[in-house]
Order: sequence, then structure tokens, then C-alpha cells
Amino acid sequence: MKKGLRRFTAVLSLVLMAIVTSGCAEKVIVMNPKGEIGRHQADLIWITIALCLVILIPVLILTFYIVWKYRNKPGNKAKYDPTWEHNTKLEVIWWAIPIAVIVILGGITIKYTYMLEPSKPIEHEAKPLVIQVTSLDWKWLFQYPEQGIATVNYIEFPEDVPIKFELTSDAPMNSFWIPQLGGQIYTMSGMAMKLHLIADEPGSYMGMGANFSGRDFGSMQFTAKATSQEEFDAWVESVKGSSPALTEEGYAQLAKPGVSDVQTFSGIPEGLFQKIVTKYGAHNHGGGKQESDNSGGEEANVHESGSSHEQSDTNVKQEASSTEGHASHE
Amino acid sequence: MWDNIKEFASEFFVTGDPLIYGADVSIALTLIAVVTALTYFKKWTWLWKDWLTTVDHKKIGIMYVIASLLMLFRGGVDALLMRTQLAVPDAEFLSPEHYNQIFTTHGVIMILFMAMPLMFGLFNLVIPLQIGARDVAFPFLNSLSFWLFFFGAMLFNVSFVIGGSPDAGWLSYPPLSGKDFSPGVGQDFYIWGIQISGIGSLMTGINFIVTILKMRAPGMKLMKMPMFTWSVLSSCLTIILAFPILTITLALLFIDRYLGGHFFTLDSGGNPMMYINLIWMWGHPEVYIVILPAFGIFSEIVATFSKKRLFGYKSMVFALMAISITSFFTWAHHFFTMGTGANVNAFFAVTTMIIAIPTGVKVFNWLFTMYRGRLSFPTPMLWMLGFIPCFVVGGMTGVMLSVAPADFQFHNSYFLIAHFHQVLIGGVAFGYFAGLYYWWPKVFGFKLDEKLGKWAFWFWNIGFYVCFMPQYVLGLMGMTRRVSTYGWDKGWYDLNLVSTIGGFLMGIGFIFQVWQILHSIKFMKKAPADPWDGRTLEWSIPSPAPVYNFATIPRAEGKDWYWEEKQRIAQGLPPSPRPKLEPIHMPKNSGIPFIMSAFWFVAGFGLVFDWLWMAIPGFIGIVVCMLAHSFNYKTDYYIPVDEIKRTEAAAAGRGV
Repeated sequence: MKKGLRRFTAVLSLVLMAIVTSGCAEKVIVMNPKGEIGRHQADLIWITIALCLVILIPVLILTFYIVWKYRNKPGNKAKYDPTWEHNTKLEVIWWAIPIAVIVILGGITIKYTYMLEPSKPIEHEAKPLVIQVTSLDWKWLFQYPEQGIATVNYIEFPEDVPIKFELTSDAPMNSFWIPQLGGQIYTMSGMAMKLHLIADEPGSYMGMGANFSGRDFGSMQFTAKATSQEEFDAWVESVKGSSPALTEEGYAQLAKPGVSDVQTFSGIPEGLFQKIVTKYGAHNHGGGKQESDNSGGEEANVHESGSSHEQSDTNVKQEASSTEGHASHE
Repeated sequence: MWDNIKEFASEFFVTGDPLIYGADVSIALTLIAVVTALTYFKKWTWLWKDWLTTVDHKKIGIMYVIASLLMLFRGGVDALLMRTQLAVPDAEFLSPEHYNQIFTTHGVIMILFMAMPLMFGLFNLVIPLQIGARDVAFPFLNSLSFWLFFFGAMLFNVSFVIGGSPDAGWLSYPPLSGKDFSPGVGQDFYIWGIQISGIGSLMTGINFIVTILKMRAPGMKLMKMPMFTWSVLSSCLTIILAFPILTITLALLFIDRYLGGHFFTLDSGGNPMMYINLIWMWGHPEVYIVILPAFGIFSEIVATFSKKRLFGYKSMVFALMAISITSFFTWAHHFFTMGTGANVNAFFAVTTMIIAIPTGVKVFNWLFTMYRGRLSFPTPMLWMLGFIPCFVVGGMTGVMLSVAPADFQFHNSYFLIAHFHQVLIGGVAFGYFAGLYYWWPKVFGFKLDEKLGKWAFWFWNIGFYVCFMPQYVLGLMGMTRRVSTYGWDKGWYDLNLVSTIGGFLMGIGFIFQVWQILHSIKFMKKAPADPWDGRTLEWSIPSPAPVYNFATIPRAEGKDWYWEEKQRIAQGLPPSPRPKLEPIHMPKNSGIPFIMSAFWFVAGFGLVFDWLWMAIPGFIGIVVCMLAHSFNYKTDYYIPVDEIKRTEAAAAGRGV
């Protein structure tokens, strides 16, 4: 049984090596969260690891013990009972152990599932900052509807203020993920998903597209920078002062497949986000829900003018470029 | 004219990559070598009569195994190409397009053209022998299943050098896999390659359910069946429920791509979510389809090499059935992060976790089979023992993934990659290797070299942990799956390098296995009928099994009938009485399955390239083959008693 032991130590040293070579725990960013949601998720991961180890460790020890004790060696005095095949008491025990663990874990999971439902707003005294996210081929467009600015592959937001991400896609679906702030959510065309996150401390966090969406999907990375409220306000002002506005034509250009560097825009076409969401629904016979969700106010006007274009334009993908550019906020 | 040909050729043949040219040359050389060898040794008739037209389940099983090992080689080379690309940051070994094609084909080949056929190969090699039958219920259909798989796999594989490989991931989510975002022929190869072989898989599922339910030896009640037979039954039940979903899903995707349908496009009323639901309603049961027979194999091996009855038989049967049923209630855990809401996520999180219960029970039962046993450690048992820690850890990370709110962090990351490789390599691949080592002497009549086998085992095992343990950490470091390259700034470089080294260690393990097989063929040591001191019916007949398997159909009253029989004889009791020899009714070989599947290939290839002039004759050929078989009444023959006596005497004289 030397081999079994050797393997066990080999495995153990490999795991340790993996941890050591990864430098410091800092780099394991999921377990090193910087926001409330991410922290709950890291806690939950630790709980599941602990619960699983309750089964894993005894099973591994039992395996090595049994294999060692009952190996076929001359003079092995351990009991040999070739017809022993059933023991109700034992079998009840090991049906009961995993059931108990799963009941506990299931309960915890259900509680956390409701608590961390991504569309649920974070309870906080500050008013949430809205950032509208669109995944494009192969870049991220971020719009700040309240600030009237937009960025590509970069976001900045104040710390300790909940952020309400509204997400959609104008390309194959992707997944929006800032590991240190919290888990990911898919971006899908024709839908506006919601994700609430918050940062506890200033810092630059890695963000990325997690779901494969074609050739250069690996380049869909962005920086998510949490700053103080003052710095954020100053940044918004500087973007407004120094960047060009995003136009409808500009958006059509941006939406074409290709990678992009960081860009900033001092203005956004009115209702652009709603238009992206609803443009796939215009011909959608079953899409009544999306349309009614977005009817009302300016959004509905934009939507209707958009859809009248679409009626005459079979190629929906061309719609954005064929629509007359609306005046931006500026 | 010349320009037209040149333009056609430039689209038809994949060009522009030295790897592809290398593959072109090696494919051409291999084909020439095979044709030359067959002609030189005058083996064409032998090939046709003994193999291509055979309906013998043992030979079909061998062909499945050979084909799947070739596919393991191809899928493995894909894996090593990917790991080479990821070994260092900012690598330019593979372009993103090429990388996308490779991970797509790696996934499809390993699941559908490696794991599935290796599994079907073991079904074919073992099940009729284990239940005391002379063949499967529908031998012609069995041959057709194999050739459909074979030609489907070939159709998928030619995409590598002709037309271009699919590159939208192994499950090809629309809209990415739709015509707008994937205009080339790669996706069509994907659809038809899988569709054609999938029909074969469905028929195999039906075939083995009927075989197991109707063709067991007298006395073998359901609750007396060997555990591998039970696992195959549960796997086949899952196949016949899951594979029709795949067929329909791919058909709808084909309609979207080929006829401009809108099932999975948002405009005109379709919905990509429908595809994702459908593909996972097949895709998740699929992973249980391939793991269940591995559970059966381990149950056989652990009992044999512990010299003890399997512990907790009823629990085991119940656990197998529970897994095969609950596997249909887990599919939504693949998209916890798609905004389905807390109710749906909570439901599917819990249903997914529930599978851990029967799986955990099985592990305890295996452990207590060894308890109070006498363990020996030849290669099949080594793989069984390697499997337990690997699978227990893989199962644990699976439970972690099923916790929906935590999955928001694991999803699409290398944590997930490490998990499913751990259960698919540690469970399925280790299981099928164990089964192959275990039944090899029965099938081929000679033993595999143990020493080389142990080298292979250790390279695979250590390589596995070196490759995949770092990937769990990489996932928690934010590395997402399917990225073709990454920068130094991410801090992922050291673990990726370690992982790549592990991948190559497994590659060396595979080379050892090939060496082991070649070495064992060269220095052939004839195997006795019962080399492992086995417990079930297949060990009671000569190795390799005669064409009719059992000269007389045995009665099998106990769960370990052959073991009990040996005990009785050792106690000086007479062996169980056998009926008198009678002529044996056998199915005749048929060339129709091969020809019909070749027509499927032609039809599929025509549809891939939108060449109706090729597809229509292909489909006509299929129909003609069906009619030809319907009107063929010469499908069986009898083996006379004299010949049975001669065969049995020869087998006995071989020194069994």
C-alpha cells in the first residue's frame, strides 16, 4: 500500500504547490471580495467547502484504511467474510449522512438564493447609480443615463453606492462578471437583465465577458474602478468636457464586430438602451411582455419610431444605422 | 474555368495553417498505407466479410473500441494543442479562430465520439456474455448503429480539412451558431455529424433495453442481474428519453440555418433560450448516460478483486435508477446566471444536489465491498482505486457548483472546467479504461502487460491532478473558459504552465497504453477463460468467446452464479447440469448497414455544402437500402452440433 500513500502525498503536495505557486491569496480574487454581494458569495463558498469536507475527509481516510487493512498479503489476519453483502443498519446510516448534508446545504442554498437574487436591489441609504451595459462584438458599451455619458470597456463608480446594472446584448449572448464585486449575469439580446452590486472600498477591479461569443471574445475585458464620490463626479465632468458625443451613427459603427480600446463619450442618443433592447422584439409575436415593459414616456416614442423603421427594413441589424440620429443630451 | 476551380478549391479545402497541411499529408499517407497494405496482403475480402458486414456483437464491440481510441487520440491532440497555447501568456501558437475550432471539436469528440462509442463498445463486448445470451436482440440494427456512429464521426472529422470546423462551442448556442454569426459550413458539419451518429445511439439504447429485458439466461431475475447489466439498463433508459430531444433540437437548428427558420432567433418570434433549455435537457442526462455504466464496471471490478460479494446490491440498483430519473430534473443549473429568478434557481439547485445522495451511497457501498475482503491490485483494480478519490473530489466540487448563488462566481470559469474534467476523466475515462483492462482477456484471448499498464495508470493519475487541480484555483482567480490567450498582468501564468505539464503527463500515459497494447500483441500470452477468478457468466466460457458465445444456455440463479458454481465444484459437488447440444440459430452478416450509413454520409455531406445534387441521391440510397433489407429473407442460419463440438474442443485444447 506504499503506492496509495505515495499518491496521497503526491496529491497533497500538488495542492499545496498550487496554492504556494499562486503567490499570495490576494490573486484568488473570488475569495478576496471587495463588495457586499461578493462577500456573501465567498462566505457561501466557504460554507459549502466545509460541509463537503465533512463527508470528503472521512471517506478518503476510510478508503486508505480499508485498502490497507484488507490487502491480500500472506499472513494478513484481518477478517475475511466473502458472503457479507448486506447490513441494513449501515446502509441506513450512509443513506442518512448524505441526505442530512444535502438537507442542510439545500436550506442554506435556498436562503442565499433569495437573498442574493441579482435583480433584487441592495438595501442602502444611497440612491443607486444606474449603469446600462450592452455587450457588443467584441467590446462592452456602458451608458450612464443619469449622467448622460457613455464609455467602452471601462467603468467608474463611487464606492459604497449601490450600482444597478441593466444589461442587454446587441450581439451573441455574453456574461458580465466583476469577480471581486459579485457573480456574473448573462447579457442577452431582447432582454434587459438586472444586476445589483456594490463596492466597499476604492480600487480597480477586473471585469470581463465570461460567456463565449465568438472570435475575439477573449478581448472583452474592462476595468471597473471604484472611487470616492468626489472623484467620480470629477471624472464625469472631465468626460463631459473632453469627449465627443456618441451618435446613432457612432453606435452603429461601434456595434460592428471588432475589438476596441477604452473610449468615453460625453453624450448618448436618447433612449439608445431601450432601443437596443426592443429592436429584437419589434417582430416578436410572443414578445408582448417586453414591449409593455417599456411602453410609456419617451421610451415608448423612441420604440415606436424605431419599429416603424423596422417594418420597412427586413434586416434588423441595419436598423440602428438607418434610423435618423436623435439629438443627444448635449 | 481554371479560376472557378481555384476559387472553389480555396473555399473547399482549409488552407493557411501549417498544422492543417501537416494533417492533410498525414491523412493522405495513412490512406495510401492502408489501401496498399490491404491490397498487398489480399485482405479486402477479409475486411469486408469478417468486419464491415459483421453482425457479431463482439466484433462490433471491438470496432467501437478501436474507433473510440482513435478519437481519444484526436481529442487528446486537440487538448494538448490548447494546453500548449495556454502554457504561457500572450502566446501566438494558435490564432483565436483556430483555438475556437479546437475547443469545440475537442468537446464534441470527447463526449460524443470517444466516451459514447467506448461505452457502446463495452455494452457490446460484455452485456450478451454477462446475461448468458448469444447476441443482442437486434443484431442487424446493432451493426447499423455502429456504422451510423462511424460515418457521423467521420463527417464531423473531415470538417478539420474540408470546409472548416465548427467554432461555436460544443453545445453551439444560438445566436452564435446561427447563420448570421456562423456563416461557414462548420456548424452544418456539427449538425449532421452529431445527428447521424445520434440516430445510431438512440437505436443502441433501444437494442440493449430489449436485450437485457428479454434475453437473460433462465433463472436470472431482474434482481439477480450483474451490476454492470443494471447500469447499462439505466443508462439506456436515459438514452431513449434524452436522445430524441437532441435529434429535434439539431433538426430545428438545421431548419433555422438552412431554410431560414426562426426557432432560435429573436426576430420573428423565436428564442435562443428555447435552444439552451432543449440542448441541456439532453446534455445533462448525457453526462449521466456516460457515467452510469462506469459505476457498473467499478461494481464488477471491486467485487472480483475483493473476492467478495458486492455490498448493498439493492441500494446500488435503487441508486442507479434514482440517478437516471433525477438526471432529467437538473438541466437548468447550466444557466443559473441567466436571470430565471430565485424560485427556478432554488428548485434546480436542490434537485441537482439530490443526485449527490445516491452517488455518495454508491461510494460507501464500494468501500464496504472491500471491507472484510481480500484485495489484490491488478490494473483494473488500480483504476478503480484511482477513481474513488478523484470522483469524490469531483462530486464535491459538483455540489459546490450546484449551490446557485455561489455558481454565479463559478459559472464559465476554469473552476467549472476542472470540475467536469474531474468527473468525466476521473469517472468515465478511468471507468472505461478499467472495464477495458478487465474484459480485454475475454474479448481478445490474451492478457495485457501489467507492468506497462501500471506505468500508464500512474502517468494518467498524477498527470490528472497536476493538470486540473491548478484549474480550480485559476477559476477562483477569474480565468474564464475558452479564452485563447491572457496577459502577464492577470497572474495566471504559473498555474497554467503547471496545468499544461499535467496535460502532457496524461498524454504520456496514453502513449504507454498504446505501447502496452502493441507489446502485448507481440509477446502474446494466451489468457485462460477465467483470468481474474470472476464471478459472473462471461467468465464461464472460453476466451475469446466463440461466435455463438454459449454452447448451451446456462441457468443463472444466484447473483454471482459462476462464483457459486466454482465454490460448489470445489466442495466436490457435481457441476450444474447443462442441456444437450442443439443446433444454434444465428444471424447472417449483412452489408446493408455499412452501405446505408455510407449513403447517410453522402447525404449529410451534400446538405453541409448545400449540394442537393449530392444529398438527394444520398437519401434515395438510404431508402433503397431500407427496402433491400425489408425484402431480404435470408437473414439467419444454424450452426450444426458437430461444428459446436469442434469449436468447444478446440477452445478446450487451447489450454483453458
